[in-house]
Amino acid sequence: MSPGLGSYLIISGALFAIGLTGVLLRRSPLVVLLSLEVMLNSANLALVGFGRYVGNRDGQVFALVVMGVAAAEVVVGLGLIVAMERRKMILDTDELAELRG
Amino acid sequence: MATVVWFFAAGGAIVSALAVIVQRNPFISAIALLGNLASLAMMYVLLQSDFVAAAQVIVYAGAVMVMFLFVIAYIGPRGELAEEHRRPWQVAVATIATSAILVEIALVVGRSGFDAPASVSEQFGSPQAVGQLFLTTYVGAFELVSLLLLVAAIAAVVLGAGPRPMRVQMDERERRVREARELAATRSGGE
Repeated sequence: MSPGLGSYLIISGALFAIGLTGVLLRRSPLVVLLSLEVMLNSANLALVGFGRYVGNRDGQVFALVVMGVAAAEVVVGLGLIVAMERRKMILDTDELAELRG
Repeated sequence: MATVVWFFAAGGAIVSALAVIVQRNPFISAIALLGNLASLAMMYVLLQSDFVAAAQVIVYAGAVMVMFLFVIAYIGPRGELAEEHRRPWQVAVATIATSAILVEIALVVGRSGFDAPASVSEQFGSPQAVGQLFLTTYVGAFELVSLLLLVAAIAAVVLGAGPRPMRVQMDERERRVREARELAATRSGGE
């Protein structure tokens, strides 16, 4: 017997919570981006799981679109990190507070 | 058999995700994320979504992770912070947010009546079937994603190009070029 939808959703939720913890608690922008990837992937798992259990392919299409958006997000995020590095800024999300009013 | 593979993939996904957020060294975090992506690809295969599993391995493990590792190598030890200590209220807020989401998902999943999967054909996750959906029903989303990727690529080039040369340096360069031209003109005029 194969595992039911509930077991996939539990894993998806646990991964989302772990990724959220990483985004909120880590200070290195690189690790924040990596944790963001964990969150996006957990959402993908839920989409594919729901699609399988409802029985149509829309969930898979949605998951592939999410992958494309995640790739774009990573490109811009890493570009920002490289730009920060080239300007000799501190790579720490708590120190990057120059826009604070 | 499917249950054994499922437990393997689930354990791998959770352990590697924890490793991503716990590891101090960003390089090891990135390698752990690679394990997480592979575990999720196994789950996609169990869900008969073969094309998504293949795309996960090719796009994420092949392209996105290479970019991550390149930037980690470019930044070097500066990507690793000396101390990661957080203020207590930040830890408290993060704990509350995380446990709220976990409790909410557990409540919803406990109530869901989805445990009997729909019966699907062998072609459920095939590239043909998914590709056909992309080029018919979801062609708008498909084109928008391609536009988004183009814009992101341009943004990466602009961001990575670094600071513009200073105005003073540009003036200096123009002045030198003008001097060199004048010198050449006087020499050719003197002969």
